[in-house]
Amino acid sequence: MKVVNFDHASATPLLPEALAAMMPFLESEYGNPQSLHTLGQKPREAVDKAREQVARLLNAGSANRIVFTATASEASNLALKGLAQALKHKGRHIVVSAIEHQSVLEPARALAKLGFELTELGVDEHGLVSPDELDKALRVETILVSIQHASNEIGTIQEIAALAKVAHEHGALFHSDGTAAVGRIPVDVQALGTDAYSFAAQSIYGPKGAAALYLRQGARPVSLVHGGIQEKGKRAGTENVPGIAAMGAAAEVAARELPEWSARMKALSDRLRQELPERLEHVVLTGHPDKRLPGHFSVCIEFVEGEAMLLFLNDQGFATASGSACTAKTLKASHVLLAIGLHVGKAQSSLVLTLGKDSTEEQVGRFIDVLPPIIERLRAMSPLYARFQKGEDPYETHDQSCHGDR
Amino acid sequence: MYSEKVMDHFRSPRNVGEIEDPDGVGEIGNPVCGDMMTFYVKVKDNVLTDVKFKTFGCGAAIAVSSMVSEMAIGKTVEQALAISNADVAKELGGLPPNKLHCSNLGADALHAAIRNYQEKRTDHPHPSLPLEAEGTERQKQETSPPGARSADSGDEK
Repeated sequence: MKVVNFDHASATPLLPEALAAMMPFLESEYGNPQSLHTLGQKPREAVDKAREQVARLLNAGSANRIVFTATASEASNLALKGLAQALKHKGRHIVVSAIEHQSVLEPARALAKLGFELTELGVDEHGLVSPDELDKALRVETILVSIQHASNEIGTIQEIAALAKVAHEHGALFHSDGTAAVGRIPVDVQALGTDAYSFAAQSIYGPKGAAALYLRQGARPVSLVHGGIQEKGKRAGTENVPGIAAMGAAAEVAARELPEWSARMKALSDRLRQELPERLEHVVLTGHPDKRLPGHFSVCIEFVEGEAMLLFLNDQGFATASGSACTAKTLKASHVLLAIGLHVGKAQSSLVLTLGKDSTEEQVGRFIDVLPPIIERLRAMSPLYARFQKGEDPYETHDQSCHGDR
Repeated sequence: MYSEKVMDHFRSPRNVGEIEDPDGVGEIGNPVCGDMMTFYVKVKDNVLTDVKFKTFGCGAAIAVSSMVSEMAIGKTVEQALAISNADVAKELGGLPPNKLHCSNLGADALHAAIRNYQEKRTDHPHPSLPLEAEGTERQKQETSPPGARSADSGDEK
């Protein structure tokens, strides 16, 4: 059975243009971009070209503003740890939102252990960070604010321009993790006013192993990897030429095709938001109703557990994701769902679909037909549903400790 | 991620449901943690004649519930209480390490239902079975019916 990928947040297929762009550097053009001899020439040109292409996609102003990394996690780590190190003489306070991806939350918490002060800013029930709340959280000694552009879990798009403005008014730099946003909505880093912005080649149907950090002029993080002059000293190590060349090619395609991708994905996710609640009772749509990513659908389907849904959907040929504790390797329910105030019992029932540019009406229609019988089946064996039907509180618990904690 | 046997029990779980007039009910886990199991047992002459369950949880939790119910039916109360978490995981052909806790829930929920049955008996002893008869001697007598006995020993092999 052909798998329908409704989990593009985990992996996207490679654009043919990206594959074509990387092939020469896996074959004959294996040289090192830093070499002065002939072998280094084509690889060097490829990296330069890709930097231009990525800069254009983000409207970065200049190719010099782009640093290539291996992953978006690395890019965000460089922004967080690198900028905190560089600015620690000015202050030691950092602000992040409570719904950041782990690749922002964990470096921020690691910095807190190293003597920085961390504020994790709450969000409203739609997952929005309020500029006013940010304003209140900022202090004289705040050096850095990091708030994601959009959530890969609930699809909410933040008001980045307003948030960055608030940070700047207090003299703090502003980083945004754009991994979920790039490839779904237009991104203009100059209009957003961010000092740093990270995203992965995977966001735009490029290969794994390539990503980028945009840095506004003057934002100079201390490198995490020392030992060479690559990436202007901000990231030592021989460049991943095939990956970077492919990321550049993907950026060029994305810059051209994004309006069409967005419109198509938005129509499909709007249909899911419209039709699934008509087909299923007791569902909670998560994330912002309007300020949301095209192609993103997130929901909690009460009384059934996420992984069980995911396995049955996989049997039907649909690759999907969930923020339930059982699907997470950590066995903890999604911190994002808890941060928007969802009951932890309901968070176990999360289902997240991230469609892609090639998703079709037919696939979505089939999904809408396939899901209700799965839910019916799981509810029929769910003691929570039985409690609910008897008029009892389905989420009542006597014991708050979890076996996962033991 | 899961073995074929786990997937089979997940896809076609045995003994799902509630028993209308159960002799014992046991509930383990809670929705906050992401899995909860309710087990129902019917006991006749000290033998588990029927076991049913309802489970909210992941694939492993559902498969474990199904397997536990299958292992328990036809066993004596003592044999069912001896079913260990490790037995269940083994019978399922193994579970991923981070899912082993699910197998703990399965046996625990069954044992909770049996203990509930035992408590009920202590509270309201059967008129024909005086309390002092509780114990191994009486259990031996109770498990003697040939039908139950043979089904049981067949299971054990």
